[in-house]
Amino acid sequence: MSTTLATAGHGHAEHDDGSMTTVGFWIYLMSDCLIFATLFATFGVLAGATAGGPGGRELFSLPFVLTETMLLLLSSFTFGAGMLGAAAGRRRVLLGWLAVTFLLGLGFIVMEVHEFVELIHDGAGPSRSAFLSAYFGLVGTHGLHVLSGLIWLGVMMHQVLRFGLDGIVRRRLACLSLFWHFLDLIWICVFTFVYLREFTP
Amino acid sequence: MFGKLDLSAIPFHEPIIMGTLVIVMLGGAALLAAVTYYRKWTYLWREWLTSVDHKRIGVMYIILALVMLLRGFADALMMRAQQAIAANGSAGYLPPHHYDQIFTAHGVIMIFFVATPLILGLMNVVVPLQIGARDVAFPFVNSLSFWLSAVGAVLVMMSMFVGDFAATGWVAYPPLSELGYSPTVGVDYYIWSLQVSGLGTLLTGINLVVTILRMRAPGMTLMRMPVFTWTALITNILIIGVFPVLTATLALLSADRYLDMHFFTNELGGNAMMYINLIWVWGHPEVYILILPCFGAFSEIISTFSGKPLFGYKSMVYATSSIGVLSFFVWLHHFFTMGSGANVNAFFGIMTSIISIPTGVKLFNWLFTMFRGRIRYHSSVWWTIGFMVTFAIGGMTGVLLAVPGADFVLHNSLFLVAHFHNVIIGGVLFGCLAAIGFWFPKVFGFTLNELWGKVSFWCWLVGFYLAFMPLYVLGLDGMTRRMNHYDDPTWQPWLVVALIGALVIACGIAALGIQLVVSIRNRNANLDMTGDPWDGRSLEWSTASPAPFYNFAHVPVITSLEPHWDAKKAGTAYVEPAAYEDIHMPRNTGAGFIIAAISLALCFALVWHIWPLAIASLLGMIAAFIVRTYDRDVDYYVPAAEVAAIERARYARLPKTHPTAATRYDEAA
Repeated sequence: MSTTLATAGHGHAEHDDGSMTTVGFWIYLMSDCLIFATLFATFGVLAGATAGGPGGRELFSLPFVLTETMLLLLSSFTFGAGMLGAAAGRRRVLLGWLAVTFLLGLGFIVMEVHEFVELIHDGAGPSRSAFLSAYFGLVGTHGLHVLSGLIWLGVMMHQVLRFGLDGIVRRRLACLSLFWHFLDLIWICVFTFVYLREFTP
Repeated sequence: MFGKLDLSAIPFHEPIIMGTLVIVMLGGAALLAAVTYYRKWTYLWREWLTSVDHKRIGVMYIILALVMLLRGFADALMMRAQQAIAANGSAGYLPPHHYDQIFTAHGVIMIFFVATPLILGLMNVVVPLQIGARDVAFPFVNSLSFWLSAVGAVLVMMSMFVGDFAATGWVAYPPLSELGYSPTVGVDYYIWSLQVSGLGTLLTGINLVVTILRMRAPGMTLMRMPVFTWTALITNILIIGVFPVLTATLALLSADRYLDMHFFTNELGGNAMMYINLIWVWGHPEVYILILPCFGAFSEIISTFSGKPLFGYKSMVYATSSIGVLSFFVWLHHFFTMGSGANVNAFFGIMTSIISIPTGVKLFNWLFTMFRGRIRYHSSVWWTIGFMVTFAIGGMTGVLLAVPGADFVLHNSLFLVAHFHNVIIGGVLFGCLAAIGFWFPKVFGFTLNELWGKVSFWCWLVGFYLAFMPLYVLGLDGMTRRMNHYDDPTWQPWLVVALIGALVIACGIAALGIQLVVSIRNRNANLDMTGDPWDGRSLEWSTASPAPFYNFAHVPVITSLEPHWDAKKAGTAYVEPAAYEDIHMPRNTGAGFIIAAISLALCFALVWHIWPLAIASLLGMIAAFIVRTYDRDVDYYVPAAEVAAIERARYARLPKTHPTAATRYDEAA
């Protein structure tokens, strides 16, 4: 009771109260998580529906995907390092790490596009079977999220330069950081349930 | 250049559609001319289109819903007329392809563009006022949400005149909705209008949950929240829980249609039942999304007009919450006939029956609230009583359908159609109309005409029973839904009665229109000077009517469940504060309107495969959003002097005597 008394009504005085935006963004992430849950469920149902076409074991190259995974995991680390810089108020450190994060994310996207192009080239495009539709649907949706993250990263780097590390920029960086780590988490599930699963004995 | 779009997309050969087009164009031209003649464009843009005031956004939602109600109801009348005559070898007047589009559009419009905006509008208007907040958590997002919903409605309306609409039924089951069986743009209009309005609904869900969790007045613990706010909270949690599923499901269907994928096709391993499961994982909680806030509104109304606190407030909260949880475990009852086996069907049948228990708890709570109360028979109370009787019948037929064995017989029959209209009209629609009558003065400062409100209620009630009770009979007799024509002559008399019922409902809708006109004309005789026309109990009645744009001059401190009632009893309700302070408010912005307008271009381009326009408008939307993030001038302070001037004028208007009990009610009608 007493905590409610103390915290409720904070929002009235200041609309840019960062905590409210962070709560809202958390809830948005949970709803996004449900989009992925739907796609995972669909993938689970359709994973065996290869319709006489190639299965995952013939198509996927684990070392390649592992490299992709490492790029993304590393980018979460570099983003974290950047946020430490932001917390310390060191703009150049932050921008440096954000740039590294951007490059890692871009590398991930380039590798994913390369993988997709190869699959389509080998006649294993999304139209081949329900399994491949589900694969492209799930992995592609994650890829689109990373792409949006990259655009957001670019905008935030510019806003750091333009506005400095004020309250609004810090709040948005915190949200972007949540988003970026969230995509990492989703990718770990993709790596496990889409790729690794194919290679279980 | 224009994708699939050419002049043949406009159905010149359809006299009904062309006639409607002429009427819509004349009406639209008259509206535009009137706005221009009275020089209201600047006013419209500054005060409404760019407004981030939750009350105005709520009003715009309700206007959108009422306009779309006319369209959806016109569809209903056409269907009833068709079925009343298309017997014994007569083909009726609607060709099958047109008829199929009409029943699809009717369902889509009534759920997505009438019921949903009514609910969102009411929550927008009422929730911040009930919790002592000055606006919602994210005012700009709120404006964007509304305009995205409006774009969805515009797309559905456009589909009638440019191209066609889905002819698949309102949930667009594959494989019928796949490209092979629905090659026209109808399903694409369906997909994009739902995607864009669904995004708006999801954003509103997030917005209102954060508003309720973080912006309550000091002292308002969760268990001191008014019941309407509680139901709004649960409803918005449900929105967040299921609208992403709808978005993903429709995205997969569009992947099938646009990118030649095979999620739900017959060929290459696709699984149509996956779609049907997913759409109902969204669809069943959706009906609770619609009904819960109505339960909340009925609770407020019945307690206010009985002059008693709500009976069993806590059980109401727990019942609402448990309905929210249970609503996720019943979706399979929409397709018991899928063949998932006796055990699965039994589980979902039992869960469906269980959900009627908390609903029954609510019904008894309302009855006990009325028990030994001094009930004032305001039209909102009539709607509530009509609801209690009608909804109980609809609930019982629902429990009947929840028995898998019975459902195998009644599946897709008119019995089902009668059942869900019974709960949606008797529950959601009655609830929204009751709520509009109840909260109208809070927004506009005068009460609605009682006589025409009651006329409307009786037309709706009688019309409903005439229109839908025959459908129960026909369903038991084996008539399936969505029939363009039929051979059994014994069905025809029942369908004629149903048509008469629909015409009586039409009188009810006309009475609503007359009520609005009469009330506006006589508004000076029905001004609400106190801000508390019904001797209310919760916080929204403590501020002026119409509520000032900042809602409350001072954020109230809450010490009880019924703060305004207790303040009236203690004599502290109408004491003018000694001093005022600056108030922090969000600034209006056109960004929401502009982004939504570009999304209209995007959706239209996607429907017609106009790729250059699609790419340009997608980039435009992203750019407009990014530009908005560079706008740092998003809020301002209302000076204390301005607040003081507004508040002093209010206290000067206050009548000298303030009633503290239910004695002031004027039996005007």
